[in-house]
Amino acid sequence: MTLRIVAVYPDLLGTYGDTGNAEILGRRASWRGIDVDVLHASSADPLPRGDLYCLGGGEDGPQVLAAQRLKDDGTLRSALEEGAVVFAVCAGFQIVGNSFPDAQGTLHNGLGLLDVATRKGTGSRCVGEVVVEFDALEHGGLGLPLLTGFENHAGLTTLGPSARRLGQVRHGTGNGGGDSSEGAFQDRILGTYLHGPVLARNPALADLLLTWATGGGELQELDDSREIALREERLLSATRATNREGFARKP
Amino acid sequence: MPIRRSLAMKSVGLVNQLSQKLGRGQGTVAGGRVGLAIDPHLLGDLTANKCVVLVSGTNGKTTTTALIASGLRTHFSNVATNDTGSNMPAGHVAALVDEEEAQAVVLEVDENYVPRLLETSNPAVITLLNLSRDQLDRMSEVRMLAQRWRDALSRTGGIHVVANADDPLVVYAAFSASEVTWVAGGLVWKEDAAGCPQCSGHIVFGKNETWACDSCDLARPEPTWTMKGNLVHSPLGAVHLNVILPGSFNRSNSLMALAAVTATGAEITKAARAISSVESVAGRFQHRRRPGQDARLMLAKNPAGWAALLEVVEESATPVVVSINSRTADGADPSWLFDVDFSSLRNRVVIVTGDRWRDLSVRLHYGGVDHSREADPEMAITRAANASDGTVDFIGNYTAFQEVTRARS
Repeated sequence: MTLRIVAVYPDLLGTYGDTGNAEILGRRASWRGIDVDVLHASSADPLPRGDLYCLGGGEDGPQVLAAQRLKDDGTLRSALEEGAVVFAVCAGFQIVGNSFPDAQGTLHNGLGLLDVATRKGTGSRCVGEVVVEFDALEHGGLGLPLLTGFENHAGLTTLGPSARRLGQVRHGTGNGGGDSSEGAFQDRILGTYLHGPVLARNPALADLLLTWATGGGELQELDDSREIALREERLLSATRATNREGFARKP
Repeated sequence: MPIRRSLAMKSVGLVNQLSQKLGRGQGTVAGGRVGLAIDPHLLGDLTANKCVVLVSGTNGKTTTTALIASGLRTHFSNVATNDTGSNMPAGHVAALVDEEEAQAVVLEVDENYVPRLLETSNPAVITLLNLSRDQLDRMSEVRMLAQRWRDALSRTGGIHVVANADDPLVVYAAFSASEVTWVAGGLVWKEDAAGCPQCSGHIVFGKNETWACDSCDLARPEPTWTMKGNLVHSPLGAVHLNVILPGSFNRSNSLMALAAVTATGAEITKAARAISSVESVAGRFQHRRRPGQDARLMLAKNPAGWAALLEVVEESATPVVVSINSRTADGADPSWLFDVDFSSLRNRVVIVTGDRWRDLSVRLHYGGVDHSREADPEMAITRAANASDGTVDFIGNYTAFQEVTRARS
């Protein structure tokens, strides 16, 4: 059986380098001898069936178009209901939620797959390095090592009762809804604001998604020395920035 | 001369000299800032009664500006330009303050400053090359830029726009202008063009560079300037343009430059000859030769730039040094490295360097490109040269490229 990874609409949701997440997942699967197929699904075509869908960041206009096409297409919703995994970043994260704003701040209906809602922020754009401490397993969290990435968004996202945050922001803004949370997950759909692309810096998150998509069996270990070197450098850089700013946010 | 203007102009030179002496920079920005603070209308005064040509776009600005300057010199005896890379108003002021005699001015303009320059620098012509993702943490998303250009062009009449008909975002911006010359300027990177800037519909690319939105009337205008082989067809007749600079993107830059230069009244054959003769611009594609090494220095700072450059790099088999920094002029988020298809480097010796070599290393790892790492860019070039007959391709983003072009000796 072939694991099918689908990069959703790179022509609309590929602005921030997040299409790399699909490539990373594909490589990490094939290095382990998993038969894998990575598809780049254009918004001009029907969305193909897949086991793991990746959505990325995009500009305001294309974001509205992508949401409309995905709604009309219907495949993403049915695939999720049948057990597929959805990983959504930034504009993609907003789209899979209940509502999101366009450039003027007018709210549009999202796909309603993840119980989050986004509105336009009133302050300046949230731009910069982010460090997040995942919630622990015993508290219903995912219990992964620190999440590192780069945010660049104007939307503020709040979580509804069905979604859980990924964790607590240690540096940067994250969801920006005033609760220091970042990202959200619910069943087999996971969203975050972080670029990098985020899976390049967080191989543990990549492997969690692969585990979900392949049925939960243990994955063979990989040599992640390059990724670890990158993680450490980015985490250190964020710590230095926090120290320069003269405060570290209290959990 | 009004006293405020006179004082402003003197300050530009003084502060720049001071800045250079203190070793705080090239001396092209600080003085301009002070001058503009004293006289906010300084740019308008400095460009009054001159034939002003502006150049903007994500990629090819510096090169096209230099090509236009070269073409303009066939028609105007004295041409001023900001060839230092300082492409914001302070840099423009600094470039013009000692050029009172100039009859013509060509200015490279940062994309964000196009509206301000349209309104304050008395332009006769503006050349709009292309728009694609670039340093998204400090620049704007490209549709916002296209909208701002469009709004500014509809406010400012009497400006001749020379626009790339192959880029939907540029076309959307230029459509609001009163006079437009459409040029078949090419578009290697189409990944930022799929969403229609006019209606949120879908731009569909067809054969022969045609494109159209599937839900509104935005479509490729018929270009009057085209190029086939070395032959340019234009409303002014056919002319040969034998571009020395490598790559199809430099042929496009040259065609855009020729259309812009002739829009000022310059004679097309002489302009074409002058544009053709340009061999290197601000160190790009320059061969830096030292004992035992010959490094070809190249700049690529975003996915579109890389897509265009790989076409040139793929032709050789020499070792490649790639250097990525994330200083102010580079942007702080190198996520875009994953938008570059590095697979053509798979059988080459590849050495990574620069502040963000770890990001690059992870990206190449996932792209299946074996590579090694060297902390110092110069050492990286030396090591690469030792692995071959001495020839090396060096590709850096903005400050990484500057580091090696400035270390000339």
